[in-house]
Amino acid sequence: MTAVAAPAGVGRATQRRAFFAVLYRDVYVTYRELPAFLAQVILQPLFMLFVFGKVLRSLGYTQHGYTDLLFPGLVALTSVLTAMQTLAFPLVAEFGWTREIEDRLLAPMPTSFVALEKVVFAMLRSFTAALVMIPVGILILGSIPWRWAGLPLFIAGLVFGALVGAALGLLMGTLVQPSRINLLFSLVFTPLLFTGCSQYPWPSLSSLRWFQVITACNPMTYVSELMRAALVPEVPHIRPWVCFAVLVPAVTVLLTLGLRGFFRRAID
Amino acid sequence: MAADAILEVSELVKRYPRSPVNAVDGVSFTVAPGEVFGLLGPNGAGKTTTVGVLTTRVRPSGGAARIGGVDVVVDPVLARRQLAVVPQRSNLDRSLSIRDNLIFHAAYHGVPARERERRADEVLDQFGLLDRAGTKPDFFSGGQSQRVMIARALMHAPKVLFLDEPTTGLDPAARLFVWDRLRELQADGVTLLLTTHDMDEAGALADRVGIMDHGKLLALDTPDALMRSLQDETTLELSAEGRADAAAVDALAALPGVARVERVQAVANGAGPPAGAPGQPGAPPPPAADDGRFRVRLYLAGDAPQLVAPAAAILHEHGLVLGDVKFGSPTLEDVFIHLTGRTLRG
Repeated sequence: MTAVAAPAGVGRATQRRAFFAVLYRDVYVTYRELPAFLAQVILQPLFMLFVFGKVLRSLGYTQHGYTDLLFPGLVALTSVLTAMQTLAFPLVAEFGWTREIEDRLLAPMPTSFVALEKVVFAMLRSFTAALVMIPVGILILGSIPWRWAGLPLFIAGLVFGALVGAALGLLMGTLVQPSRINLLFSLVFTPLLFTGCSQYPWPSLSSLRWFQVITACNPMTYVSELMRAALVPEVPHIRPWVCFAVLVPAVTVLLTLGLRGFFRRAID
Repeated sequence: MAADAILEVSELVKRYPRSPVNAVDGVSFTVAPGEVFGLLGPNGAGKTTTVGVLTTRVRPSGGAARIGGVDVVVDPVLARRQLAVVPQRSNLDRSLSIRDNLIFHAAYHGVPARERERRADEVLDQFGLLDRAGTKPDFFSGGQSQRVMIARALMHAPKVLFLDEPTTGLDPAARLFVWDRLRELQADGVTLLLTTHDMDEAGALADRVGIMDHGKLLALDTPDALMRSLQDETTLELSAEGRADAAAVDALAALPGVARVERVQAVANGAGPPAGAPGQPGAPPPPAADDGRFRVRLYLAGDAPQLVAPAAAILHEHGLVLGDVKFGSPTLEDVFIHLTGRTLRG
């Protein structure tokens, strides 16, 4: 038997169409479940702003000005955690028991596109959630620290926050076995949440040296500090170039490891 | 020479990391366009891994696999364009309705918007799913999910459709429905490759069957030819009233055309293949309680019916009254047992 002639290769346009069709699927599902999505992204920062920024302040436990350094940190936290949650949990389920991802893995595009689509979508959700923090902040705190001059740094913070979260999510989503999904909460989310300098500026930890070292290992710290550099530069913070110098290689390494994990799960 | 091959597998080997043996161990076969090809074998035989390589989800350790002339390792993206997979377990998108499952699948494969809407309605109608088009697949039964997955696979008009155990766990009605749809696809010229451990399914649907075990392809031919290869596996089972008699057995063995004779335990009613295959004698039936009857199975080289009268006469000479007669012709399962010494379900 001779083989039939191979058809011409799949063009870039076809691959791009497949990529955007999968992205559209994710956006479509989010749109269909908009209230659930908004609840997920709004509630956690809303309560944090309310308790740390409003309640503790009214009771006199925090100093004046604390909300100003808390707000940028919470934007960073929301951006990182939203991206991470968007990616990690569905991925564990899709590779573990729903196997939904199989249909997308068989679409006419490289396997890496399926992973990158997840990263892009996680970033989109992260941007939305971080931007929603602005009206929520105004609503709860009455006013938020804002500086138009800091806009480029703020945008850089959003992008890096989303990238760090998405890369961590990709890595966790392909690393964690479905039966261990609870561990994601206790061993990853909680430490990330509290060591990412979202509730305190990093330089102020100098009196607590060991904790300062730990927080320096959390990439979210540099996103929080970038946000402070953008919105409240008068608060002592890590200089932006240091943040970039840490974040660029950190994101590169995390994304590479995440993609490798993705390939391991996608192809036997 | 047959038509050009749409699937070519040559010397395919797959060894998983940390496994002492090859999951697929040097398998070669070709499938012609429009052919229905069955891979028959027990769980763990290497069928699913072979299909995994062909569908770009498993990277082979050696050998080559081509689909429509495209090497699946060299250009997996182009290979994916030509194939569709219906897995054994549902992998439907639970966040989408049935109709959206179909439409998004088509979108992934670049089917234009208006075309995919039209096709979705057409396929939903063909599969009797129109009334449930808006529901999500969460609470679908196995049979319904299977239907939806086949419908979804057809949305981008694949050249080759891979089905992994397409009717395992389905009730008889659902199973016949799936069989009918697959026959329609066959009539439409779609190439089907199905894996199954169900000999009836392979026999009923496949033009050719490859029998696999321990990662190797043991035999490959049409179901008829495979069964013809077991001519001396034609059997005649006799059951008679009366005391067991060794002399009778010897006399039966001496009949012309009888290869050998075996004393058997009571043949339980309905023994043989499991539900869904009434009237098809299969593997040697499991022994049941001995009820004092005389039972023998004659393995024949020739035709069974013409031996009934002489056999009855011999029994009569030995004071036995012939009660029950059963003819057995070889099935694919017998072929499998012959090749491997094990039953498919074993």
